[in-house]
Amino acid sequence: MLYRLLSIVQRQRTSPGWQNWSSSRSSTSATEAHSVTLPAQAQVVICGGGIMGTSVAYHLSKMGWQDIVLLEQGRLAAGSTRFCAGILSTARHSSIEQKMADYSNKLYLQLEQETGIQTGYLRTGSISLAQTQDRLISLKRINSRLNVIGIPSEIISPKKVAELHPLLNVHDLVGAMHVPEDAVVSSPDVALALASAASQNGVQIYDRTSVLHVLIKKGQVTGVETDKGQIECQYFVNCAGQWAYELGLSNEEPVSIPLHACEHFYLLTRPWNTPLQSNTPTVVDADGRIYIRNWQGGILSGGFEKNPKPIFTEGKNQLEIQNLREDWDHFEPLLSSLLRRMPELETLEIMKLVNCPETFTPDMKCIMGESPVVQGYFVLAGMNSAGLSLGGGAGKYLAEWMVYGYPSENVWELDLQRFGALQSSRTFLRHRVMEVMPLMYDLKVPRWDFQTGRQLRTSPLYDRLDAQGARWMEKHGFERAKFFVPPNKDLLPLEQSKTFYKPDWFDIVESEVKCCKEAVCVIDMSSFTKFEITSTGDQALESLQYLFSNDLDVPVGHIVHTGMLNEDGGYENDCSIARLNRRSFFMISPTDQQVHCWAWLKKYMPKDSNLLLEDVTWKYTALNLIGPRAVDLLSELSYAPMTPDHFPTLFCKEMSVGYANGIRVMSMTHTGEPGFMLYIPIEYALHIYNEMMSVGQKYGIRNAGYYALRSLRIEKFFSFWGQDLNALTTPLECGGESRVKLEKGIDFIGRDALLQQKQNGVYKRLAMFILDDHDTDVDFWPWWGEPIYRNGQYAGKTTSSAYSYTLERHVCLGYVHNFSEDSGEEQVVTTDFINRGEYEIDIAGQRFQAKAKLYPITSYFTHKRRKDDVELSDFHGK
Amino acid sequence: MCVCPGPRRIGLPVRTPSLPLFSDAMPAPTQLFFPLIRNCELSRIYGTACYCHHKHLCCSSPYQSRLRYTPHPAYATFCRPKENWWQYTQGRRYTSTPQKFYLTPPQVNSILKANEYSFKVPEFDGKNVSSILGFDSNQLPANAPIEDRRSAATCLQTRGMLLGVFDGHAGCACSQAVSERLFYYIAVSLLPHETLLEIENAVESGRALLPILQWHKHPNDYFSKEASKLYFNSLRTYWQELIDLNTGESTDIDVKEALINAFKRLDNDISLEAQVGDPNSFLNYLVLRVAFSGATACVAHVDGVDLHVANTGDSRAMLGVQEEDGSWSAVTLSNDHNAQNERELERLKLEHPKNEAKSVVKQDRLLGLLMPFRAFGDVKFKWSIDLQKRVIESGPDQLNDNEYTKFIPPNYHTPPYLTAEPEVTYHRLRPQDKFLVLATDGLWETMHRQDVVRIVGEYLTGMHHQQPIAVGGYKVTLGQMHGLLTERRAKMSAVFQDQNAATHLIRHAVGNNEFGAVDHERLSKMLSLPEELARMYRDDITIIVVQFNSHVVGAYQNQEQ
Repeated sequence: MLYRLLSIVQRQRTSPGWQNWSSSRSSTSATEAHSVTLPAQAQVVICGGGIMGTSVAYHLSKMGWQDIVLLEQGRLAAGSTRFCAGILSTARHSSIEQKMADYSNKLYLQLEQETGIQTGYLRTGSISLAQTQDRLISLKRINSRLNVIGIPSEIISPKKVAELHPLLNVHDLVGAMHVPEDAVVSSPDVALALASAASQNGVQIYDRTSVLHVLIKKGQVTGVETDKGQIECQYFVNCAGQWAYELGLSNEEPVSIPLHACEHFYLLTRPWNTPLQSNTPTVVDADGRIYIRNWQGGILSGGFEKNPKPIFTEGKNQLEIQNLREDWDHFEPLLSSLLRRMPELETLEIMKLVNCPETFTPDMKCIMGESPVVQGYFVLAGMNSAGLSLGGGAGKYLAEWMVYGYPSENVWELDLQRFGALQSSRTFLRHRVMEVMPLMYDLKVPRWDFQTGRQLRTSPLYDRLDAQGARWMEKHGFERAKFFVPPNKDLLPLEQSKTFYKPDWFDIVESEVKCCKEAVCVIDMSSFTKFEITSTGDQALESLQYLFSNDLDVPVGHIVHTGMLNEDGGYENDCSIARLNRRSFFMISPTDQQVHCWAWLKKYMPKDSNLLLEDVTWKYTALNLIGPRAVDLLSELSYAPMTPDHFPTLFCKEMSVGYANGIRVMSMTHTGEPGFMLYIPIEYALHIYNEMMSVGQKYGIRNAGYYALRSLRIEKFFSFWGQDLNALTTPLECGGESRVKLEKGIDFIGRDALLQQKQNGVYKRLAMFILDDHDTDVDFWPWWGEPIYRNGQYAGKTTSSAYSYTLERHVCLGYVHNFSEDSGEEQVVTTDFINRGEYEIDIAGQRFQAKAKLYPITSYFTHKRRKDDVELSDFHGK
Repeated sequence: MCVCPGPRRIGLPVRTPSLPLFSDAMPAPTQLFFPLIRNCELSRIYGTACYCHHKHLCCSSPYQSRLRYTPHPAYATFCRPKENWWQYTQGRRYTSTPQKFYLTPPQVNSILKANEYSFKVPEFDGKNVSSILGFDSNQLPANAPIEDRRSAATCLQTRGMLLGVFDGHAGCACSQAVSERLFYYIAVSLLPHETLLEIENAVESGRALLPILQWHKHPNDYFSKEASKLYFNSLRTYWQELIDLNTGESTDIDVKEALINAFKRLDNDISLEAQVGDPNSFLNYLVLRVAFSGATACVAHVDGVDLHVANTGDSRAMLGVQEEDGSWSAVTLSNDHNAQNERELERLKLEHPKNEAKSVVKQDRLLGLLMPFRAFGDVKFKWSIDLQKRVIESGPDQLNDNEYTKFIPPNYHTPPYLTAEPEVTYHRLRPQDKFLVLATDGLWETMHRQDVVRIVGEYLTGMHHQQPIAVGGYKVTLGQMHGLLTERRAKMSAVFQDQNAATHLIRHAVGNNEFGAVDHERLSKMLSLPEELARMYRDDITIIVVQFNSHVVGAYQNQEQ
């Protein structure tokens, strides 16, 4: 592939004005020695000489690591990096990507000065156009997030757009977002500059050297086999771009890196009669599915079409590489869109239509981090055609990860371990990326679910629930019911249901929540990750005591909520553990913890043959019976008293339900509502469900989905790992003190950090915000990531939100920081600091007043009162 | 049966005796094909029509001609149109109808697409290893209800796929039965001894049966629930006999032989079931209707590069071959069994005494009555007169009262005159063999085979037909390119109005004008004929277009080399 692309490059070079390739290359000739033999060993081997590989090498060497080898199968910066359109845009949807792009921007700006290599960096700014109001809302959300991390941007009128860019047709626009500091840059030159700087710091770079596979012993990287010999190493970094998937599978112990390439087209034109100014802003017309930048006095324009062409499904395929050519018929919709946006371009002469495959991932977020199965195997790939924008920041985070054990930001949403092995099927990837690529420019709305690659993991009740109107979402490949549409009700078709406002399922979820409060509901929660840890002696207890922050030496039958912390006291996992007997524990974690938690336990648990860790997720169907009548229903089904006297909360017992024996009944519901979780061996699931539904009729039983659960959970301030909690938040920062037993007599992981934090105070605090002046019917709904303002000052972001049907208000969870007004430094956050603030939440530029709470409003929920009796003041003063 | 409410509203003077439409378009009353069930009611309408047409044919007296072979219009049901009625309609000006009526293009589409079905062989892991990419099929009824049937299924216990079209006459009972039963007989004939034993043991011990066929059916393609038990028992008897017959020597199953055996056996079972009868009166009537009506069959069995076509009657299998220069040529893989086939005439004459040489085929029809020379069912041409009388007398009243069933063909001396034995053709697929068209005579009598293959070929390759554009060195502006691309897309969307090759073919078959282009006005006229009239202008059309996977076929070929 790369050789092929290279030859295109070489032909390109003969054409006048193709960037500054030749000039910059000569200065890096030092890195291009050919006949050099490879070193026998190194600390780190990086595979891939594109922008990712060079960025990782650059940052590792900056952080002081010396012994680094970078291998490239063709020439440096010759893959996707070579053909990158060169647009650096910070206007991204997630905060972490915004931060990475911002860092990249700053890095590239000074790179020319640092290395002396021209990178073609030009601060042009970018304009994101909105043809619809919904798109404008989406831009406003990005805008308010950009502003709080210090990136200037503003929402501008169509008139202003016309001033900024003379050629644009603005008649169909409703507005736009202008980010003045966005830039264009020549990405191969950036990669070469990074490589050159890394090489000066001692990184050894070898091109025309292919990695064949990685050598692994006992789950640990030991070396790399290349076509020019072996290199022993401790760390391997897979930055192989679209070949990363293949490379991952080539090991004896395959590493699954779910990504897939699609063909991507952009157009180059010859210069305009009066060449375009070099600082003409880049334009992104997402509704028209195109981007346009100035290029050598003409334009460069490409886009993300609705009907992408996936490629290399079967790996490197010479035939497909040869067929990589311009496809004008395929490009036609984008060309039409371009001419609609810039009608004057009609007379501009075509230079070339470039076809450069881009890599996409199943969830449109890049992949970084350490493999869950092979220690020392790191990955940075799958950039979803934002490689240039994210390259600098992503390289920095990965380098931090390798050097310090974790990046300085929470990158769980980019972590390789968010995927399971099941997401690595070629068919799945091929189908999914065909959905992901158009999604690049689709409107991103809350609660969007992917439509491809579905129905992979399902509960045995799937068909039953589906027949009763369940609407499904997918988590970690598992189908979960969102809510149940009553037979007489119709919801909007998928496309029309996209909204930033009140969704069409509002009333449906309301009735489910009401049923949970007043009668009883059943929710299928089988997707939760379930592990069993058993041992012959006390090893299980001992290792769990070391791994978890709470005291697990509890009487048999008790359930403990506990965090699984890292050295810094941050949550690696938040779970519930039931002590089944003296030597056996049952652990329930969030669905997407299946890979991460397993890897963590494997890493830290003693290698003891008497200690058995088993993933039993697939063995149990979990039914959550929520509601005041759950007690009555379950006692009728089991002929056993279920009242709190006989079955206290946070208690676990194996009992018979219906005809089935050995059902693990736990008195908790993950929502704070009364009820039970039933862990049912899957063969009994249908039986028990049927029994529940028929016997439960007289108690008013009905099905409920995850949206109801979410509403119940958030109004009770139950935070959730992966959304509210992550590796950089400690129990002390989110009201989880009760889940930590510092004095349990065991020096568990993270104890020192927590002790210190207890002494010094916390620098951020998770709080619950109740939106006061938010009108559910007419205002935008909060989602997550909305900026929080305290006394008019930016104080943090929300992490999740839901409408509370009980409070009849929106509830957001989010972290409050105390940024010093002078220096911007973080200061200690005290309870007093939280309580004395006036808060506002910024939803798409509109600020709503909010009341902050540090603890759930228990009084309201425990006393059952009629709605009318409750004054707002009642739950303001806790 | 009528697919669209449109035609019902048509202002044609249907029930007036002087039908201007008939007088010049109708060459013979024998074109009237009515299902038995509706005989009484329809005969009232068409009595007059038949009458005037015999005049048109210059028969000495219409009355005489009716006596000769159509004592009642219902007898027409087992006669095939002798002349190509299309010739008579070719130059017609439809404006002679009193009212103008047009179907809108969406209405036309909804009629044409009502029965369309597409099946794509599922890809496994992004690859399709079958030599078949998939098939498109469609039906356009002219009779009400339609007498054509179609079937498609994948063999699950052996390799290969079965596809077939069935053209019924004298009602749809026989074609329906054949369409649901024949593939099971073929599949069983193809099964190795061990699998047959396994299946028999499973049935014996009441265990779940191995699935034999995976059907690919349009929702309108139904299976009769009532008869399934009866059909199953007959099938079981068949495989039990196969098991008993097995001597354990030859393990290789010859597809050709299997096809012939299956056809003959099914016809035999149809005949036997009618003779034995059934205690259930509904079933009893059903098996008799099946036996007394008839059906032709054209079945293709595709397994890798091995293509077998078994044909009984006058449906046809046509292979579309793309020559190196991109042009299309048609290769016929079946022989019509009718009077146009010399070898068939020869065969019939040999099978019967010399003194019958003149009567066995008269006016291009078997015994002067039946167009196809081979068919399923049609026991009137197979049973002895005694047997026919016995069965009819002991049969239900409906049968006894029916003049058609009681009618014995003239010159009926040495039955059987008709057989269901197919003629099997083998073809080894080559990469240039792109598709196979199976269709009932409704298509072939309106279109030349060369046109059929060309239209399908151009349709299937429409996407690739246009050379990709490359800018390479030319001065092209964005505006010029845009114009060019828009033009190309418009061209393409015209081809892709149909998502189904069979629909596309029907559109041409029904709507083609003198220049071979689809004429919407004509299409609209043809489709808006009331159901009682439609049969005079066209026959039922059933088409299956099977697309082959040239890559896989090529790979087979390379392997061999």
